[in-house]
Amino acid sequence: MTEREKPTAVGSSEHTPTEGAIRGVSCPEGGLHGTTVGVGVGVVGVRLRWRALVVVGASAAVLVLAVAAHVGLGSYHISMLDVLRVLSGGGEESQRGAVLDVRLPRALVGALVGAALGLAGAVFQSISRNPLASPDVLGITWGAGVGAVTVIVLAGTSGQISGIAGALGLPLASLLGGIAAGLALYGFSWRRGLDGYRMVLIGIGIAAVCANLVFWLLTVGDVTVAARAMTWLTGSLAAAGWSEVPAVAIALLVLAPATLLGARVLGVLRFGDDTARGLGVRVDRARGLLVLLAVLLASVATAAAGPIAFVALAAPQIALRLCGVAGPPVVASTVLGGVLTVLADLVARIAPGGVELPVGVLTAVLGAPYLMYLLVRSRREARV
Amino acid sequence: MTSSASQQRLRARQLRLSYGGPPVVDGLDLDVLNGTVTAVIGPNGCGKSTLLRALGRLLAPKAGSVLLDGARIDKMRTREVARVLGLLPQSPQAPEGLTVADLVARGRHPHQTWYRQWSSSDDEAISTALVQTGMGDYAERAIDQLSGGQRQRAWISMALAQGTELLLLDEPITYLDLAHQVEILDLVRRLNSERGVTIVMVLHDLNLAARYADRLVAMRDGQVLADGEPGEVLTERLLDEVFGLKAMVVPDPVAGTPMVVPISAHSANHADGEPVAEVAERSA
Amino acid sequence: MNIVNTPVTRADSARSRSAERAAGLGPLARRRRRRVLGLVALAAAVLLATLVSIAFGDRAIPLPAIWHAIFTPSDTESDIIIGALRMPRTLLGLGVGVALGVAGALLQGHTRNPLADPGLLGVTQGAAFAVVLSITVFGVSYVSGHVAFAFAGALIASAIVFALGSIGSGGATPVTLALAGATISWLLLGLTSAMVLLDQRGMEVYRFWRIGSLARDEYFSAATVLPFLIIGLLLALANTPGLNTLALGEDVAKGLGQRVRLTRFAGVGAVALLTGSAVAVCGPIAFIGLVVPHIARAITGADYRWLVPYAGLLGAVLLLVADVLGRVISADTFEVGIMLTVLGAPVFIYLVRSTRLVRL
Repeated sequence: MTEREKPTAVGSSEHTPTEGAIRGVSCPEGGLHGTTVGVGVGVVGVRLRWRALVVVGASAAVLVLAVAAHVGLGSYHISMLDVLRVLSGGGEESQRGAVLDVRLPRALVGALVGAALGLAGAVFQSISRNPLASPDVLGITWGAGVGAVTVIVLAGTSGQISGIAGALGLPLASLLGGIAAGLALYGFSWRRGLDGYRMVLIGIGIAAVCANLVFWLLTVGDVTVAARAMTWLTGSLAAAGWSEVPAVAIALLVLAPATLLGARVLGVLRFGDDTARGLGVRVDRARGLLVLLAVLLASVATAAAGPIAFVALAAPQIALRLCGVAGPPVVASTVLGGVLTVLADLVARIAPGGVELPVGVLTAVLGAPYLMYLLVRSRREARV
Repeated sequence: MTSSASQQRLRARQLRLSYGGPPVVDGLDLDVLNGTVTAVIGPNGCGKSTLLRALGRLLAPKAGSVLLDGARIDKMRTREVARVLGLLPQSPQAPEGLTVADLVARGRHPHQTWYRQWSSSDDEAISTALVQTGMGDYAERAIDQLSGGQRQRAWISMALAQGTELLLLDEPITYLDLAHQVEILDLVRRLNSERGVTIVMVLHDLNLAARYADRLVAMRDGQVLADGEPGEVLTERLLDEVFGLKAMVVPDPVAGTPMVVPISAHSANHADGEPVAEVAERSA
Repeated sequence: MNIVNTPVTRADSARSRSAERAAGLGPLARRRRRRVLGLVALAAAVLLATLVSIAFGDRAIPLPAIWHAIFTPSDTESDIIIGALRMPRTLLGLGVGVALGVAGALLQGHTRNPLADPGLLGVTQGAAFAVVLSITVFGVSYVSGHVAFAFAGALIASAIVFALGSIGSGGATPVTLALAGATISWLLLGLTSAMVLLDQRGMEVYRFWRIGSLARDEYFSAATVLPFLIIGLLLALANTPGLNTLALGEDVAKGLGQRVRLTRFAGVGAVALLTGSAVAVCGPIAFIGLVVPHIARAITGADYRWLVPYAGLLGAVLLLVADVLGRVISADTFEVGIMLTVLGAPVFIYLVRSTRLVRL
């Protein structure tokens, strides 16, 4: 049944049937079943859709638990009951302070930022059909980095970036940098349509320029300035408070639904432009809009917490392996992005050693082994 | 062709093949007769492509063996095998921008060493292959700019440049229109008659298989159910047994080889009031 | 003998063409001659870049003085500048440029990914991690120690990546290699960031190491990686015919007598040796290994036997030119890594936009 005889126009020619195929998780049709294209939806299709639902549901539950743990755990331990009491308006003063002023906003920013990165990563990976295409590789976060590190270096050794620069300058510079890089990416890639492959190559170029500018800026100032810039570049939630929540939340509320709506098209785009056109998708417009949305998502997230490493690459890849589909599933990627970020920040906050590391260190250190495990376990040719 | 089995160059003995799960092929014996064109037929998933992969040592047997000139093929040096046995997988993919000449040149790989990447015999083999497939005019064209039939001919040219005496083709005519199917199979036939190449191919089109092959191997569920000349193999009983297909077998008006005419529920409406069962009965 | 479905006249013309081909004027021979000519031109360009790199810097040195310094060195000022600074720096640039260009071409072939930078296999981050580790944990403060650590780190990291990418029935495939490489790189980057943030000594070295430069206080330590670089180059060149077959898919490669796993292993080994050597002495010089193969592919096409040497020579030219420009324009304020991207990226973007893209 899984012999190489069925005409698989989609997928790799080198694909040999494996146990995975027999379990029904590696068929290239997996992605089809999940979308509106109902070609031969069989038992496998139904099972896959269930599986995706289960993954999304379970990740959402884990996300809620992670936020709860984030709020409760720490050097000042607050029990779940007390957390609930605080949230419903009661609780002791000190607990209210810790939960409402410090931990809850930080956890929320983490979840939102992670979700935005996960979603942006899923879009970029799907459009370029390349698992390596994350906002980092495409230069968007490096663009944001140029803006932010410039501000940090200009503020100099005098210590704090004070006043307007502190409240507005850093995020704003980063946002502008990210959007500028994103627009450059879009503008240079657009040539009678947006080709995913060309976009990826252009993105490399932009990323290389921005990254080297950042590295150079790091060598300009004092070493303490470099360290501060480095912290930002790794991505940190340590400074996240309520002031970030509305901005990120509103941006996400606008951008995410639009992206998720557009993402229905992604499943179709994955099968190539001709198939997509045949199914009535206006390919270039759809792709262009999605790229712009993903650029904005990544830029907003980066402005809020710095370029938190690895989330945009890992969340979609983890999601597609858990769901057992061919391409990054957007909803699951979004939720898992949040999960990865909140969990990493939780570990960053409560890890022993006295020094709190930026969350970006831990997203990589925690996320990488898990992705490796999935990669090894699936024992098959992964594809996007 | 009438030589005894022990003289056949490519043989399979008690072959068991699987992709890690239950065996796809089990206990299969097969002798590929030297100098013939053999077509392997059977329903989807019967194990015919798997068998071809094993014959081409792409898949190591779980049990039993494939013998090339009496030696176990999976124990031989793969380069030595490649000088004798060529294979073309189903719908192979060339990197974009690769020209026909470059592709065909890669067929010379088993004859080259790391210090000698070119020789005049390479050039000759490449030119000959291009001419034989009629691809000489397209040598500098990129593969991805060719039509399906031309692309398939380019790949066959590569296999020809390899200069092997045995050639395994996995569904060489899939996705081609009928004219191109005939063109490719004519080419296969010519290779056999002019160069004496022994060819094994997996085919889905039974009528073309019957016309172009000297010998048909019919498979089902990983077993060989029949093996012989098209006239012996392609019977109504076998079609029922192998494909679960009710069909009439009539002589091909052009070549005289057996021709399969399926009897389907749909055809009843067009049979001029004559019930299908009667037609089938009469023909039997 | 009738060419199938083709009018006789067409068949005849094909036959006459084949006669022409036999006379050595066929497309294959013509293309080969063109490629050889291109290689010669590139070699000349490398030579020119070498000369320019020796001649220009803070101050220009005229040709006769260069001649003097190379063949009859005495103790003139220009002899010392050339002998102690520019010559070693130029040789370093040559070696590193060739290594990165070759490694990039090879790796993009093996991963079938245009995004594959030679650092992808974890080489760059492995080296960075090891350098920072040597400073923060082992207290190594001398350059040759950093070089040794960086080289070891690069090799170990790429070995881990290859092992992880190869687990399973299929062996190393393009996608598993790329993903394993990216994942391990991120992991090491995270650990490196943690170390430099916790220990400022690490930060101080790391931020300068990270940018990649051909400038050295002493060049002797760089020579220690030379044997590895040469082995890597030989391995890479020997790998190219096999890579050609792998580009047609693993089944076809096997059918052509190629041992797939061995080829992958040798290819990745060559990349690790080449990139490891380069990164160990110069730090991660970004972009060159990424861009140069694309340019080489645009010139030669998809044949790796040509593509890889082209990429090596192009890499050397590009790196030397960028280094000279950095020296001349900014007196080394902008290291070669920066010059490379600032100059190279626009060209690259222009190329990507204007040419028909070749997919891997």
